[in-house]
Amino acid sequence: MDMSVLIALPVIIPLIIGALSLVALNNHGVQRILGVLGTAAVLVAAIVLLWQTWLNGIKVLEVGSWPAPFGIVLVSDLLGAIMVLLAAITGFATAVYSLKTVRKRFERFGYYPLLHLLLAGVNGAFLTGDIFNLYVWFEVLLVASFALLIQGGERAQMEGAIKYVTLNLLSSALFLTAIGLLYGLVGSLNMADIAVRLQQVEDPKMVTLVAMLFLIAFSIKAAAFPLFFWLPASYHTPQVAVSAVFAGLLTKVGVYALYRVFTLMFTGEVDFTHQILLWMAVFTMLTGVLGAASQYEVRRILSFHIISQIGYMMLGLALFTPLALIGGVFYIMHHIIVKANLFFVAGMMYRLGGSFELKQLGGLYKKHPGLALLFMIPAFSLAGVPPLSGFFAKFILIKAGVEAQAWWAVAIALFVGLFTLFSMIKIWNEAFWKKAPEPAIEVPAPYRNTALYWTTGLLAAMTVAIGIFAQPIYVLAETAAQQLLEPQRYIEAVLGGAK
Amino acid sequence: MTTMMAILIGCLYAAAIYMMLRRSMVKLLIGLILLSNAANLLIFTVAGLERGVPPLIAKGAETVVGGSADPLAQALILTAIVIGFGVLAFAVVLLHRAYEVIRTDDMNEMKGTD
Repeated sequence: MDMSVLIALPVIIPLIIGALSLVALNNHGVQRILGVLGTAAVLVAAIVLLWQTWLNGIKVLEVGSWPAPFGIVLVSDLLGAIMVLLAAITGFATAVYSLKTVRKRFERFGYYPLLHLLLAGVNGAFLTGDIFNLYVWFEVLLVASFALLIQGGERAQMEGAIKYVTLNLLSSALFLTAIGLLYGLVGSLNMADIAVRLQQVEDPKMVTLVAMLFLIAFSIKAAAFPLFFWLPASYHTPQVAVSAVFAGLLTKVGVYALYRVFTLMFTGEVDFTHQILLWMAVFTMLTGVLGAASQYEVRRILSFHIISQIGYMMLGLALFTPLALIGGVFYIMHHIIVKANLFFVAGMMYRLGGSFELKQLGGLYKKHPGLALLFMIPAFSLAGVPPLSGFFAKFILIKAGVEAQAWWAVAIALFVGLFTLFSMIKIWNEAFWKKAPEPAIEVPAPYRNTALYWTTGLLAAMTVAIGIFAQPIYVLAETAAQQLLEPQRYIEAVLGGAK
Repeated sequence: MTTMMAILIGCLYAAAIYMMLRRSMVKLLIGLILLSNAANLLIFTVAGLERGVPPLIAKGAETVVGGSADPLAQALILTAIVIGFGVLAFAVVLLHRAYEVIRTDDMNEMKGTD
């Protein structure tokens, strides 16, 4: 058997598991077991895929054996494989965390099938080498996320969902428009083929125009300034496991798409396109962190921090130097794990403290020191305190900024890091350190939280590990960035097979 | 013909954005419908407007002779229509449920989560 079939596994497994758990909709036990086993299987496949991609270079699967550029290809370059692995880690953690947090009523309404469908969509988006196929995967994950977002049907969820759905559909329509114009320009949908043909287009202004349409479409999905308003309006409304998987993965699909198209396809007028990206990155960082400073609800603080972190990732792409791209890839790796974990911890704070509101929380450190430790690790990592993963991610990016002499961006990035620390210390002071407010909130009798501690503990351990083993992770990010900077390799891997 | 289509598509986009900026949920929905149709028509136009020339390869020939419309683009539109139909159906149900929960059609009243 050809090893390239491996590329399809991270997409196919969640689809099959999702279908199976749909069949077992009324059997909660089977659904849960399928959830954990299925996501674990994807995790194994993702590890093998990354390992194979690391050893043998970019792998390509021509779906249905239609040769590129005519058929759809699945491509696993290092960035794609890394993203799939991160998605698999988040998916597995969410499945384990869901065991104890998702209500039976939601399980009956298809929580697990939707979660698997979401993960299939995310993995498909990371692996496809076809721009229209990317659109299809975007829609797959969007539809699943719509349904997950409104499970429960409370007023806040409806209000949040209307904004989320509207802006994401707008983004999809713009994406489709951009695909149409691009197809009119070059007559191909295969991304590698488009990259080749774009070099022969006579009118570079038209290419840049299409690039800007892609930029707007993906920036809405990535929640970048000034298109982020749907995110803080909706991400804190669903149940915590859903919030965590959204926070970890969905905006990052937008970031990934930006990385893909602005390294592979639209590199003709870097001075213009990446300058715009730079300004967007700077303002995204700034507005996100300032928004967080004004909030007193744990999940809303964390939601605004997603936005500011997206800014850092875009900064790596915008500077477009080798070091900056390494920093960007490193940042994505660090961020997905930390962010999902912080939402998981927020869910445990709710469970043990009875509220998401900082003003109503308090005294958690005294009662649950283990939870306090589990909060501190991702929180300080997010703020960039050494030796945790966030420090190295920020350090590489800021070093790249200094080398590129983008002083404003460097200054803002440092300032935003400081304010992130401020936000995290605010949560720490209010929820963990200060005395519990009187009268205390009624907390339902604690039941076994072992699965929750395991999930957050494991993710926290990964955060520490990324910090301690920063060198090998750096080498991985470096190789991924090299592949991004030399699109020729990607193009040869995809189109070489046809010739 | 292409110019006419371009103007039509431009008007559709403009109308869609205008409708989406209104305060009423129903108008928002109409905006979304217009938007997805505009995008589909755009792809249709971009692929070339040719009448009565099926993209069939004649016996013995290697490629299509003469200017026929691009069939791939039409396949894309078919896919996009199906996807658009699905998500719009979801949006209709969502807006209906939202109306039942919030009891208003006015987007300005939905600021609880901002």
